[in-house]
Order: sequence, then C-alpha cells, then structure tokens
Amino acid sequence: MWIYEKKLEYPIKVCSTNPKLAKVIITQYGGPDGELAASLRYLTQRYTMPTGRSKAVLNDIGTEELAHMEIVASLVYNLIKDATVEQIKAVGLDGYFADHDRALYFVNGSGVPWVASYIQSKGDPITDLHEDMAAEQKARSTYEYLIQLSDDPGVTETLRWLREREVVHYQRFGETLEHLYDHYGKNHYFIMER
Amino acid sequence: MDRERKQLLMMIMAEEFTAVEFNLYLDTHPDDRKALDDYNQTVKRLAELKQQYEKKYGPLTNFGYVPSEYPWRWVEEPWPWEINFA
Repeated sequence: MWIYEKKLEYPIKVCSTNPKLAKVIITQYGGPDGELAASLRYLTQRYTMPTGRSKAVLNDIGTEELAHMEIVASLVYNLIKDATVEQIKAVGLDGYFADHDRALYFVNGSGVPWVASYIQSKGDPITDLHEDMAAEQKARSTYEYLIQLSDDPGVTETLRWLREREVVHYQRFGETLEHLYDHYGKNHYFIMER
Repeated sequence: MDRERKQLLMMIMAEEFTAVEFNLYLDTHPDDRKALDDYNQTVKRLAELKQQYEKKYGPLTNFGYVPSEYPWRWVEEPWPWEINFA
C-alpha cells in the first residue's frame, strides 16, 4: 500500500518556458538511468531480499524514487506547458508533439520509449545490490550532464539536489551490500566463487 | 498560491525530507540511538506543521489519514506539479 502526499519531496523552480531543456531532462523520467527505472527496479527486487534491513532499504529507496519521478515530471511539465508549436518545432520536439502534444510520456533524451530491459531482477541479492549501486552512479552521471546542459538556474538547483540523492542512495546500498556479506558469512573477496 | 502557504509548505518539505534522510540512515544503522532520537523529534515537528497546514488548506493525504471538511477538499487545486517556487 502506498499513501499519496499532495506535495513534492523537493520544490521546483522553473524560471521560464524552455522546451529545449525539457527535451533532455525527460530522460530522467523514462530513460535507462531515470527515476521510473530506479523505482521499479528496487520495488521489484525487494521481494527476494533475505533480511529485514535489505527489504527496508529497497522498499524505502524505491518509494523515494517515485517521488523523484514526480519531481522530474513536474520540471518537464512546467518547462513545456506554455511552449508554442513554433518553439516545439525549433527544438526538434515535433515528433514528440505529434504523439503526445505537451503531455508526459516515458522516453529518453532521444525519444526512445522506456523498456523493462533497462532493469534486472536476478533473485541473487548480492547481484541485485551491485546493479543498484551501478544504477545510482549512472543516474548521478546523468544529472551531472543535465546540470551542464541547464541554462535555468532554478532548474539547476533541483537537479543538484536530485544528484545528491543518488550519492546518498549509493552509500545506503553499499552499506546494505556489506550487511548481506555479513549475513551470508562470506569473506569480502572480490572474486567469483565456484 | 499565496506566499504564506508556500512558506508553510516549504517548512513541511524540509522537515519531511529530514525524516526521509533519517529513515534511510536508520535502515542501515538501526542501533544508532542518537539518530533515532533525532528521527522521533522530526516526526513530532512534522506532525505539528502538517496539522497546521491541513487545518487551513485541506488534507495533504487521503485514504483515511485525514478527515475532510465539507465539501470533500481533496479535489482542490493546485496539485503539486502546478506549484512553481521560482
């Protein structure tokens, strides 16, 4: 069960209409390293976690990612909602406009729709935690590229906050990985066991 | 949305973010008593702020968490993505 709260986790500040920026930020909505992928990955992997702690971490970070998805969507919505068709054409969003008008849809920065193969769920908690840590790093890199592309200081502020959340999640997943090694009584050798 | 409402909403966001951060930390450090105390203090402050907000502006949550005045206030705008803090 989830309870919706009628607020964002972090405020958005959009200074002006900017479909060009919306076009790239949307990748964190429906791209390979975006927030939809992140939330679904963790919320799906949680079922086969072996301990209360690891279930909690996957459950809670998966839930926070849903809130991040809403923040990214809110940025895109506000950047594009007042754009004219001329502006939309000028930034190469005419293909997107033909399919979705100014509505939100799960695509990456090049317009490719979201696919489930962006995520994995292996049933091996150690394997899944490694994927999760990599996912956080990939999302951090993406936010760094988006910050470089952003010409809206208000939007940049929210992107910086989202980037910081990836760093914190990476840390929590790392601690969970250590906890699972302890749980299994394994030595911390980074080699494959036969 | 007027300034006063935005300000109160921002305070709720700040407290709740603090709670989320403590929550995740406690998931991997369940024996940290100091962090737990801080979490519980945050919960208290957050509940007070939410009560204050909901009294004035209607429920922040539905599904049985908060009672509503007549008429059903949940449907009132703005929704979160319509609030620009710029």
